[in-house]
Amino acid sequence: MLELAWLIPALPLVGFVVLVLAGRRLGEPAAGWLGTVMVAASFVVSCVVFAGLAANGGDPFTQTLFTWIPAGDFVVDIGLYLDPLSGVMILFVTGISALIHLYSIGYMHGDPNFSKFFIYLNLFVFSMLVLILGDNLLLTFLGWEGVGACSYLLISFWFDKPANATAGKKAFVTNRIGDWGFLVAIFMVFFTFGSLNYADILPEAGGLAQTTATFIAVMLFIGAIGKSAQLPLSVWLPDAMAGPTPVSALIHAATMVTAGVYLLSRVNPIIAASADWVPDLIAWTGAITALAAAFVAVAQNDIKKVLAYSTVEMLGFMFLAVGIGSYWTAIFLMVVHAFFKALLFLCAGSVIHGMHENQDMRVMGGLRVLMPVTFITYVAGWLSLAGIPPFSGFFGKDEILIYTFQENKALWVVGMLAAFLTAVYIGRQAFMVFFGEERWHEQMARLAVVPPGAAEQAEDEAVEALGEDATDAQVEALVASDAAAGDEVIFHPVPEGFRPHESKWHMTVPLIVLAVLSLVGGLLNLPFPKSAHFLEEWLAPVFEGSATKLTLSTGTIVIMLVVSTVVAVVGTLVAAYIWLQRRVEARRLEPALFANAWYYDAAISRFVGGPGTTAFEATATFDATVVDGAVNGVGGGVTRAGQALRETQTGYVRRYALAIGVGTLLMMAYMISRVVA
Amino acid sequence: MGADVVEVVVFVACALIVLGGGFGVIWFRNPVHAALSLVATLFGVAVLFLNMNAPFLAAVQVIVYTGAIVVLILFVIMLLGVDIEDDLEAEPLQYQRAVALVVAVGVAGLVVAGVSVAGDELVSGAQSVTAVAVDGFPNVSAIGRLLFSEYVFALELAAVLLTIAVVAAVVLARRPAEVEALPAEDASLDPPEPVEPEAEEVFD
Amino acid sequence: MDGVDAGYLVLSAILFSIGAFGLLVRRNPLIMLMCVELMLNAVNLTFVAFGMMLGDLAGQVIVLFVLVVAAAEVVVGLGIIVAMSRRRPGATADDIRVLRG
Repeated sequence: MLELAWLIPALPLVGFVVLVLAGRRLGEPAAGWLGTVMVAASFVVSCVVFAGLAANGGDPFTQTLFTWIPAGDFVVDIGLYLDPLSGVMILFVTGISALIHLYSIGYMHGDPNFSKFFIYLNLFVFSMLVLILGDNLLLTFLGWEGVGACSYLLISFWFDKPANATAGKKAFVTNRIGDWGFLVAIFMVFFTFGSLNYADILPEAGGLAQTTATFIAVMLFIGAIGKSAQLPLSVWLPDAMAGPTPVSALIHAATMVTAGVYLLSRVNPIIAASADWVPDLIAWTGAITALAAAFVAVAQNDIKKVLAYSTVEMLGFMFLAVGIGSYWTAIFLMVVHAFFKALLFLCAGSVIHGMHENQDMRVMGGLRVLMPVTFITYVAGWLSLAGIPPFSGFFGKDEILIYTFQENKALWVVGMLAAFLTAVYIGRQAFMVFFGEERWHEQMARLAVVPPGAAEQAEDEAVEALGEDATDAQVEALVASDAAAGDEVIFHPVPEGFRPHESKWHMTVPLIVLAVLSLVGGLLNLPFPKSAHFLEEWLAPVFEGSATKLTLSTGTIVIMLVVSTVVAVVGTLVAAYIWLQRRVEARRLEPALFANAWYYDAAISRFVGGPGTTAFEATATFDATVVDGAVNGVGGGVTRAGQALRETQTGYVRRYALAIGVGTLLMMAYMISRVVA
Repeated sequence: MGADVVEVVVFVACALIVLGGGFGVIWFRNPVHAALSLVATLFGVAVLFLNMNAPFLAAVQVIVYTGAIVVLILFVIMLLGVDIEDDLEAEPLQYQRAVALVVAVGVAGLVVAGVSVAGDELVSGAQSVTAVAVDGFPNVSAIGRLLFSEYVFALELAAVLLTIAVVAAVVLARRPAEVEALPAEDASLDPPEPVEPEAEEVFD
Repeated sequence: MDGVDAGYLVLSAILFSIGAFGLLVRRNPLIMLMCVELMLNAVNLTFVAFGMMLGDLAGQVIVLFVLVVAAAEVVVGLGIIVAMSRRRPGATADDIRVLRG
């Protein structure tokens, strides 16, 4: 049964190839069904393989398919490595991917590039599975790059809007900076171990010199923060919301962004062998990122941006867990987060669809009556994220907080503050979108009296500000940013007599499935009794030697659970107080600092535009004058030398004879001096 | 007292003839006069060979050099015109004569200096054992025996060389079908510029 | 060595330099060829002189070969001069400089 493992990545790959060749001809919705069926089949095989793995007691299983790079000492195989960790991950990756494929059939209905979407999605699933199942660092890196490329392709899926293309580029470039770290780590690993296989590296990692291990760990950490959007490389994830909502759900919530956490979990022996400050670095990076993102999420008005910053925050929690050594809790949160975050994103997509492509929460309200299925499933996701028992998010987040309390009280305080803010911002979103009065009516009324030509006026003002030769993209960007930065609400006009409606079954069925999973996901690992620690024990062999053990008493754990619940409930009540019952002026709590994400993006732009550009131009000038000058100078020097030497070829035979004569004279002088002396 | 009085007298006389002929070759403008000076030099060298107990070589010198080579040269002079004379006044190449003088004087001076200073050490080779020259006859048979035993390979090569020379001379001196003029003195050495085809009008 | 032997060597050297000087200074190709013959004869003299001083017949054998080479060289050289003069009558060594850089 385990031998079927190769089918898991192969099925989506087949789907990709078939869709590339015949996707356009299959058309809608057949292309979508093909993609979905392939990924669903991959999920079925994953279940079978997982069962086989469990029957074996979780012993790692390696299946080598063929040799990819036979280059003397450097040999890399295409092989699949199944151990408890990859077993867990393939299950939820293929499962959630299949659900999102089904959802996309409904969501992308009517899009002219329908089949292209599924091509990219299948390719993405294939790359993600290669990343998870690869038995060596290079295969993981291959999958890593593959998901990065698919992310780029999918974010800028609607690339005729320049903002979307820019977002895709931003994601790719930011990831690249992380990839540099990953590559350097790969070089160092090969240099140290002579192999890139996990089976060769991980058992030997205990014997590494501390500086080597630290170097490798830090480089891999840099790769991880790029992919998992932690500070300082977190800038791409909020912008990635420019892509279609299924993309946000699949890639930027459930799967790709978890690759960084997966990588760090995979190489936990190396992190254990590194200096003591490395885990602290990981933990504090995660915690600070989580807190910063939570603050920003409170002030966002775009329904997807709230969830994007929420993802950054949750990933921060996972990094925190990795940093304090409780790896299995990071994986636990990864799994339940995949459930409820994907659910939340898909609900958001359903709402956006129902609201006729409007994403600003300030024009929504009262949707719980008009979109009941979406609302009910949303509640499951909402309560999970807020951390209210018995939903799964409570168990996932709470295990991390318990371990943090044991290891580092300061980190625990930061984590608790972030958890409180989580409840606040997700409650805010719930109340703004699904409760209260229907605010789009006033927007429609306002548009009716908007003077004609207001859009052109805004454009003219922008052109005036930028100058005559501004490009269309720059003008559009300025108009959009002006609208977003101000208090202006972004409202896409809706037809007369508009009324939000519930979505089709393609979209609601995945919502229901994910809602159920969000509800019962906590059963994977309950705090009591000890026999219910299914996930922890299943993953124990992978993290042997590196994992932190829980030593708190049962009483302390119970107190922690109660405290977390109270914090979550209080946060939700605060949100209700402010945004549902309108007792306090909401604007004061959404300062521009948070709305503009701590002005981080603006700071980067100013730096790159100012001193950054100067540095780049200096480098370019250096390259042109010094490097090119040296090369051209050598060429020029050779030419000049040749032309100088050319003067000796006069063509006069007597001149040549004279040269021979002079040479002979010199030789004779030398020889006779030898004899005479 | 290894030297004979006769030997010395003959040597001095022939030396004068040789050197005089040599100067004549480079001095005379008319090539025929120069050729005749050359004959004098070659004759002197032949007698010197005799003086040095190389009778066979003396004979060969007279027969081959004076009898064949100089005659050949005279043939060609007659063919090309006896009146063509060199203009010895002008020397287009700068410093040619000065440096040539330095080279000539230098070579001669070095040898003289070497001979006078080193003397016997100049003759550093060992006395031969296998090819001893015995005073008097028979010189021809000794040379012949050497030629066909030790130096037979060089002999065969020399034969090949002569054959090649004959073939080369025939090929070089053939009268071509059409006499192509040499390029003019000031002709540019750069390759001719590619001729650009004239833009043709496109007829719709 | 005694005076006569040294004299042979000195004579050869002087003859050689006369030939070299003539080759470098004269422009008429035929005269240049004759100067080459002068140089070759000087060399022949040297070989025979050393052969006599060392009592070795090899010196004389070498002279034979030099003679053969000289003959071949004169033949080819005259062929070149004839071919050259056909194209440009009255050409001197300085006129043939097509192969210049």
